[in-house]
Order: sequence, then structure tokens, then C-alpha cells
Amino acid sequence: MSAALATDAAASAVAAPRKPARGLEPARGTRWAIGLTVGILFAIPLVATLLYTFRDPLTGGLSAANWVRVFDPGNTQVLTPIWTGLGNSLVLAVVTVAIVLVVLLPTMILIELRYPRLGSAFEFVALLPISIPAIVLVVGLAPIYLQIGRALGTGAWTLAFAYGITVLPFAYRSIRASIGAVDLKTLAEAARSLGASWIEVIVHVLVPNLRQGLLAASLISVAVVLGEFTIASLLNRQVLQTALVVANKIDPYASAIFTLLSLLFVFLLLLAISRAARSRTGRTPS
Amino acid sequence: MTSDVLTPTSVRAPRVRSWAWLGLAPFAVYIALFLALPTVLAISTGFVDGDGGFTWANITALADPVIVTAFVNTTWLSLLTAAIGAAIGALVCYAALGLPPTGVVRSTLDAATGVLAQFGGVMLAFVFIATLGVQGVVTVLLRDGLGIDIQPGAWLYSLPGLILPYVYFQVPLMVITFLPALSALKPQWTEANLVLGGTRASFWLRVGLPVLAPSFLASFLLLFANAFSSYATAAALASQGSQIVPLQIRAALTSETVLGRENLAGALALGMIVVVGIVMWLDAAIRSRAARWQS
Repeated sequence: MSAALATDAAASAVAAPRKPARGLEPARGTRWAIGLTVGILFAIPLVATLLYTFRDPLTGGLSAANWVRVFDPGNTQVLTPIWTGLGNSLVLAVVTVAIVLVVLLPTMILIELRYPRLGSAFEFVALLPISIPAIVLVVGLAPIYLQIGRALGTGAWTLAFAYGITVLPFAYRSIRASIGAVDLKTLAEAARSLGASWIEVIVHVLVPNLRQGLLAASLISVAVVLGEFTIASLLNRQVLQTALVVANKIDPYASAIFTLLSLLFVFLLLLAISRAARSRTGRTPS
Repeated sequence: MTSDVLTPTSVRAPRVRSWAWLGLAPFAVYIALFLALPTVLAISTGFVDGDGGFTWANITALADPVIVTAFVNTTWLSLLTAAIGAAIGALVCYAALGLPPTGVVRSTLDAATGVLAQFGGVMLAFVFIATLGVQGVVTVLLRDGLGIDIQPGAWLYSLPGLILPYVYFQVPLMVITFLPALSALKPQWTEANLVLGGTRASFWLRVGLPVLAPSFLASFLLLFANAFSSYATAAALASQGSQIVPLQIRAALTSETVLGRENLAGALALGMIVVVGIVMWLDAAIRSRAARWQS
């Protein structure tokens, strides 16, 4: 999915504590009625999937047989592609986060300090991947990855170049929210006037002040990379999501189990972002 | 440098000759290679024939009934799921209005909407197979318990089967995009409304809804674009045929000769980028209009 606005909530939380709109809130009963109805409707598929993983394939009753079978070390048919895909996805997550921190972050700091006039043009570029569907991008990436394959080999990690683009709007919003909350210019001038070099300014002064935004950007990048399917599957790379499709063809219970675990993991990741952002806004702004 | 001597605050003052712009080069090169180049390649291959010469043949192939049907299917699927998603999502936003932003409920809502809206394409397909598939839990429950067969003809694996999974990620996306707009309604407006003798209903009718209308429309357009360009759920769910445009692109990429034409993927990509581009441009235009109420 390409529309990349999930960071909005996290980003706005980083930016400024917003007072709840008093006098606009729904009545208590209305809130509960809507919340419970939609909540239950959305919980049904997830609960059903959980029950599905506990269905005994032979008797149809409840049992942990599927979980035992799937995680049996001897079950290499399913576990090998999953571990390979998960391993590749984790490597990709690390390289993609590195791209965000090494390519995107310094550029954003430079633009904030030296070229503020380029700010809106830069934002346009950074948010552009929202408007270009991954399925379109992959048509143009195919010939490029043919060349990359010749030069760097067909290792899964090379996909990180494409994923850096996919996570760009998410990472940009998170870091941008942090930059907006801190006066980078004054910090940089203060550090410079005390004799710090530019490298020291960035590493010891700016990065620590932006750490919430950088953490959010990194975690969201990890979540996006773990969930990416379109580019990987059409460029024939083995990642977690393509492995789930393979597992589904062999053992539908296995793909259901790993689906639930992955969704839970990403949920906890995003919950961590949300809690981290909130805990900071709870303090008095400096 | 002399400029340092002349202007002590050299951090702020632009130097006469600065190499700082070189710092922008890595990002510029990266964007050029992995965003601009693939986009240009994707679109331009639509105009190239098998031997590398220029051709209109792939573009005219977009008028083929198979392709037209795919575009029509994708459009109504996107319109329908965007409408349902926007309506339910807006209700959830209303229910979430005024929740303490530091509370557990808000954090959980943020994380849950994030997971479902963005990170689960393939996995959502499996969730629905486990729920409503031929052997799904709900299907079996209704069949054995009430004697109702909700999967005659296994519709989950065909085009109508995409509706529910799409709604399942459209509603959370609506919550993510619309909640900031709803939260930006100014409490002073309700106070003004009350002072002037208005009621809760008159506030929403005369102030709230008109102010929110542009944001709502913009969010609807974003949902439309999101469904239109969505690939993973359909790829994992649809067992046969390529009823929507992203699946046609897959077919064109993997078999190379759909409708006997090479490079059709490029033409399809061009068609998609035109649709999504127009929708996203409208979205941006409406959003900038909506922004005047949210300063």
C-alpha cells in the first residue's frame, strides 16, 4: 500500500501536545457505542484467525497441534523459507534505517540550517513516493535491478535502496516533527561558538535533541520494511512477506500463525513509538 | 576566509563561496537513481516496442476491453471501499474526539490503525482467508451451526472478495488522516455557538460539518488512491485472473506478453500514475484550502 500517512498521528504527537477539543466530545454513551461496535467488528477477523490456528486439522476441535507442528524444528519445509525471509527482512530493515540516518537526516539538517528556502521543495520530493504506487515503481525498478544484480549481486540487501524510497515519507514526517520542535539553528550556533566542529555539532548536539524523531523514523522504517511485499515479490527476492505466501501454499495454518505474530510485533513496535512520543510531550517543552 | 572576519556570526551568514551545497548531493543522487529514474523508466517503457523503437501500440492497448474492464473494476472497488472507509472512519474519529492524547486508549488506537492501514497487505489476506475462506472459522461456524453457506462459489477469492479486506485497511487509514482535522476544530467555536444561543446540533450543522467538509473530501480521495494502487492484498487473495490494474501489471511483468504486446506494463503504469496523480493533486489542492481553518 502506498499512501503513507500512518506517521501523521505519531508525527503530530511528537510536534506539539494538542489540547482535547472541549465541548466537542461526543456523549459518553455515543463514544462507547461507536467504539465497541467498530472495535468488535474489527476484532472478529483477528479472533477468528487465532481460533483458526488452534483448530485441530484432524478432528476440527481445539488443540495446539498446529503450533506444535509449525514450530517443530524438523518442519523445515515451512520454517526454512520463513527464517530465510525473516533474516533477509531484518538485514533490509537495518540497511534501510542506515539510509534514513546517513542520507536523509544530514540533508534535512543541512536544509534547516543553510537552505531553509529549499524546505518546501524538499518536502514535495520527500512526500512524492505517496503519489507513486509501489506497483508502478517496480516496473521501472526491474531494469535498474537487472544492472544492480550484475554489479552487486542479487543479494536481498540491495532491495534497501528501493525501500529507502518507500519509507521516505514516513521517515521525513517523523524527523520533520522533531526538527520543528527544536531550534536547531540556535543550538548549532551555540555549539559552533564554543568551538565544536560540524561533525561534533551533528553527533553530540543535534542528534541527541532529535532522538525522539529519529527513533520514530527508525521504528516506522522497520515496520514498513517488514510488511513490504509488492517490490520484493515482483523482483523475486525472498523476504518475510513473500515467505508467508510460500508458507501459505504448503500449510495455511503456518501462514496464519506467522501472520498473527507479525501483526502483533508491528503493533507493539508502533505502540512503542506512540508511547515514546507521548512521554516526551508530557514534559514541559524546552 | 575573509568573510569570517567580516561577519562574526558566520554560521548564519551565507559565505561568499560555500561548498555546503555539496552536502545535498548524496540525497539528490539517491532520489535521481531510485525515485526519478524508475518513474521515468516505468512510464517511458510504455512507448517502446520489443526492438527499442518508439510506438503508440502499448498506449492504444489501454483501450482493449480486458484492460478497460480492469480499470473499471479497480475504480469501483476503490470508490466503494473509500466511501465505506471514510464513513466508518469518520464515525470512529468522532468517537475518539477529546480522548486524552496521552491515554492508553489513544496510543492503542494509533498503533492499531497504523498496523492495519499500512503494514499488513499480504497478512490481511490471510486473516480473511482464515475467517471467511472456504474453511474459515466464521464460514464453518455459520455452516455447521446455522446451516448458512456464506461461501457459495468461494467469492472471497474473486473480485467482490476484495471489498471486506480493503475496508479493513481503509477505515484505519481514514482514522489516521481525518483525526488530526477533527481534533483541530477550535473549542472557541463551540463556546461562540453556545453564547449565540446555538445547540450541539446547530454547531455541527452550521460550523463543524462545513469546516470539516474539505478535509473529509481530501481524506476520501486519499483512500481512493490508496485502494487504487494497492497490490499485496489482491495478489495474495485473488487465485485466478487479473481483475484489477495492479494484478494486470503483475501479469504483464511476469509473462511479458499480455494481449500479445511487450512492455504493456509501462502503459498500465502510465494509466495508473495518471489516475493516482490526478487524485493526489486534487487531494493536495483541497487540503491547502482546508488549511485556512486550521492555522
